[in-house]
Amino acid sequence: MSDLSLERAAPRGMIALRGDFDSLAGPCREITGADLPAPLGAAGEGRALLWMSPDELLLLCDPGDVGEVLARLGEALAAQHHLASDVSDARVVFTLRGPGVRDALARITPCDMRPGRFHVGQVRRTRLGQVAAAIRLTGDAAAEVYCFRSVGDYVERLLATALESANRERVAL
Amino acid sequence: MSTRLKAGGRRVDPGKPVTFRFNGRKLKGFAGDTLASALLANDQLLVGRSFKYHRPRGIVASGVEEPNALVNLGEGARLEPNARATTTELFDGLVARSQNHWPSLDFDVGAINARLSRLLPAGFYYKMFMHPRPFWKHVYEPFIRKSAGLGEAPTDADADTYEHYYAHVDVLIVGGGVAGLQAALAAGRAGRSVLLMEQGAHWGGRTPVDGGEIDGGDAAGWIDAAVRELEGLDNVQLRLRCMGAGVYDHGYVTGYERLMDHRPGAPGPRHRLWRVRAERIIVATGALERPLSFAGNDLPGVMLASAVRDYIVEYGVSTGDRTVLVTNNDDGYRTALAVLDAGLDVVAVLDARTSATGALPEQVRGRGVRVLTGKGVAKATGGKRLEAVHVCAQAGEGAVIETIPCECLAMSGGWSPVVHLWSHTGGKLSWDAERAFFRPDPDRAPTGADGEAVVDIAGAANGHLGLAAILEDAHRAGGGEGAPAPGTQPEEAPLHPVWMMPDNARIELREKMWLDFQNDVKVSDVRLAAQEGYESVEHTKRYTTLGMATDQGKLSNINGLAVLAQALDEDIPAVGTTTFRPPYTPISMGAITGDARGELFQPIRRTVLHEWHERRGAYWEPVGHWRRPYCYPEGGESHGEAVAREVKNTRQAVGMLDASTLGKIVVKGPDAGRFLDMLYTNMMSTLPVGRCRYGLMCSENGFLIDDGVVARLDDDTWLCHTTTGGSDRIHAHMEEWLQTEWWDWQVYTANLTEQYAQIAVVGPKARAVLEKLGGMDVSADALKFMDWRDGELGGQPVRVFRISFSGELSYEIATPAGRGRELWDRLFEAGAEFGVMPYGTEALHVMRAEKGFIMIGDETDGTVIPQDLGLGWAISKKKDDFLGKRAQERSHMTDPNRWQLVGLLTEDGSVLPDGAYIVEDGTNANGQRNVQGRVTSTYHSPTLGRGIAMALLHRGPARMGEVVEANKVDGGTVAAKVVSPVFYDPEGEKQNV
Repeated sequence: MSDLSLERAAPRGMIALRGDFDSLAGPCREITGADLPAPLGAAGEGRALLWMSPDELLLLCDPGDVGEVLARLGEALAAQHHLASDVSDARVVFTLRGPGVRDALARITPCDMRPGRFHVGQVRRTRLGQVAAAIRLTGDAAAEVYCFRSVGDYVERLLATALESANRERVAL
Repeated sequence: MSTRLKAGGRRVDPGKPVTFRFNGRKLKGFAGDTLASALLANDQLLVGRSFKYHRPRGIVASGVEEPNALVNLGEGARLEPNARATTTELFDGLVARSQNHWPSLDFDVGAINARLSRLLPAGFYYKMFMHPRPFWKHVYEPFIRKSAGLGEAPTDADADTYEHYYAHVDVLIVGGGVAGLQAALAAGRAGRSVLLMEQGAHWGGRTPVDGGEIDGGDAAGWIDAAVRELEGLDNVQLRLRCMGAGVYDHGYVTGYERLMDHRPGAPGPRHRLWRVRAERIIVATGALERPLSFAGNDLPGVMLASAVRDYIVEYGVSTGDRTVLVTNNDDGYRTALAVLDAGLDVVAVLDARTSATGALPEQVRGRGVRVLTGKGVAKATGGKRLEAVHVCAQAGEGAVIETIPCECLAMSGGWSPVVHLWSHTGGKLSWDAERAFFRPDPDRAPTGADGEAVVDIAGAANGHLGLAAILEDAHRAGGGEGAPAPGTQPEEAPLHPVWMMPDNARIELREKMWLDFQNDVKVSDVRLAAQEGYESVEHTKRYTTLGMATDQGKLSNINGLAVLAQALDEDIPAVGTTTFRPPYTPISMGAITGDARGELFQPIRRTVLHEWHERRGAYWEPVGHWRRPYCYPEGGESHGEAVAREVKNTRQAVGMLDASTLGKIVVKGPDAGRFLDMLYTNMMSTLPVGRCRYGLMCSENGFLIDDGVVARLDDDTWLCHTTTGGSDRIHAHMEEWLQTEWWDWQVYTANLTEQYAQIAVVGPKARAVLEKLGGMDVSADALKFMDWRDGELGGQPVRVFRISFSGELSYEIATPAGRGRELWDRLFEAGAEFGVMPYGTEALHVMRAEKGFIMIGDETDGTVIPQDLGLGWAISKKKDDFLGKRAQERSHMTDPNRWQLVGLLTEDGSVLPDGAYIVEDGTNANGQRNVQGRVTSTYHSPTLGRGIAMALLHRGPARMGEVVEANKVDGGTVAAKVVSPVFYDPEGEKQNV
């Protein structure tokens, strides 16, 4: 059996960015060095863009850079209707590692975790247990889970329970 | 006597003996036994008592259809009532107790009911328990509760864990018999992802017992090879002990996997609920044998023919030295052959058909067995076990021709396809008159979102009973190309449907013909129901309780509706079946719950200050999914004393409240002002930057749904505070209007509730506390009442709102959640010299009530409009429109007779009961006291030293000074004077300093 591990990730800068993707593309490329991700996708190393919906991105950066990034976005998009909000403190992120990571998550999310359907690098906004969450597959055996800060303890315990079960028995994935 | 045979038993391992206990007796079985086979091996024929008459009951079947052999399985924290012995795998140390008898299984007082059966006919409960009315509560109900019910409810907390598993597959196949295996081979070889579920612990279903050849070899060999091949396919997932429980819309299927029932206490979840989304579902659930309806068919020793041969072949268990077979079809003869092969006696075969010349009957005749055609059972007799079978002509009335002593009577009334899962989500059936069963109608399959069939059904479940046809059908369903492995079996002659034995049985016999063994429903009951006017099968089911037992009519359904059809002189398809509903067999509550128990029962939302509150000894109040401190008792304080102290301290010095749970939704865009003007009853577009305004939100029906303070952050950005419980709901409300109605308006919203911790510093010394921390100007001039400013306090970034829900000088300070605890600690430290204390939600409630501020959910209940609450000032007259405006102009809403908000002061100073009515003279048509209003909030006010209340009263504001009567819990009333709802500082001087 694989050994799955779970840890609460260090705080990171997160900016919820809503707007018309055509107008967001330029400033986002300048700030992150990446093109906008395709639907359900993610783009960029270090500073990254996660696709949240047809008009929303989550921009990840160093927590210390949030102010500067927000200012640059505000300047570049001054003439465009958009909304950029600092949500760094609204969420917590968990890091999961181990080859059974898909199998563990399949115990608590209705999201299709099959390798052919959920590719490495993609992001899904879904449900974990009884709360909303997002899953980002960062590797074949690694994932990040984003959830609201207030339910961080619940999600941590939920993930631990699922990982423990997947450590004991790989079921289908 | 039933006993273990020296040889045979494919599934059991005589090298591995197992001991278990039944009703305290220590018994022996083998690994591979079911509890039922092990009980039979120990001659434990009597396993329970029936529900109504407490008749002795024996094992009838060998699978999920078993109605009788239900036991209390396990003990203490692992007690499971109504466990089916036929599907319970035996393990060392198993403990089982029989059910539904008192004082003992062998001697049961309730059996007196059987003597009284004439007095307990169909619909007895409905007829008997109507009158006299008081008898229901004091006589009937306690009596019924004691005598009814099967297993014991466990009293200990469940020791096991459970989990869910979400699977997504191309093809889900339910049933691991030869049909399921063949379908899986076809789909798996084609490269589709396949999940194959089998409810039992073995692959291949009943084919190894029933015989036949596949691909030129014996069926068992083919099954092993098929399983090996499937195990080798990466795209195929095989699950044993996993029942397809229910089929729902959109290819959703639940599966019930029993992981630990056969090895309790092993690490890991006991049950797993599979929640599967399948593009295609193939139901390969086989068929179930039907019993025959003859007098005495419920005696222990009367069994399904298929079960008799299962026990011999699979478990090496004899169900009696002398067996009589009664059948209406060729398949039943397989049992005669199995009995003979085991070296036991088949005394006679009673075949209801006038001739029996098929290959199987001929084989049986060839082995010297007497086959009596055109004959049936007039009655089976015995006490706690079968003693003799009395033979009669099937065409007659039941005159006994011959009496045959025997221990076992194997009955076969033909087979019914297991169409349950096909029918769960709307698959229709048609009646196959030739074979006398309902079969799936392929033209009326359950359809998916695209209108195409999403469920397919194959094999015996699809009405194919021959091996060759089963394999071909499964191969087709699995999408296989070419031809499947050929199956060969002896040809079978058609059956002759028999719904009652004999055809013209008299009433004395009909009263002893059981249809539903568990619920004691007999042929006579169904006929009585028909006679009393019950025509619908659904009504008859409920009137007679036919098919309402834990087996859900698996044995009784078709026989029962055939009897009903006969009684009504209708065709069987005209009567139809009852509705098949999931789950196929009962599944555990634990499996449904999954991991949602203990600490994961419900997510609890915690603010960043939760730990601080906890350490301070907070008494919690659930608010939405949050826990908020209700109060912080100190020393030996009662909650009431703590609240009073917190109120006084806040009003006289300074208090701190964790307000982080309040909703915070940012709304931005060129059309944001216009949008908010539509959402709130008052004007938000005119709010100056840097200012706050209290606003009300109504539904389009005019009723208040939320309130809160809105701050204008810049030219095109507003921050809307919602109630704690309202943040998600109001955010969704905004998005719904934006996405469906005003999709072309340029507005974005974001729910930032969790981004910020928010701390209220409240009381006459609040400013001093903030000034001590320093960093921004919070003076009365720089930060006026209803202003907000960004700045720093103690070097920490903050946004300070000067708003008040208490009537005191008050600041609400927001800071990023990650630094919320730091800010709280600093403020608390700075406040020490000013006497700062934390206060909870109850103090907040008391203070707002003292000020006459409404609370959503207290003063509102979904039927209240702002005008009822004296909030007309917050409804813009200038706006052309807002959500709720038109509704509030309807005649009922403008009626001056509505109940409206007032304050109440009891004449004696007491606190009115929560939810008290304000009574009026006289009574209504139901003899209830007339009412003219109700109390919406009621508290002891520590500030005023007396009870205060807010109430909605008929024409309330016009009745100031009047004294009304509010009712009390003890039945009396208390006098209260109608006053203004603002009890404290009506001029608002305290908050504006």
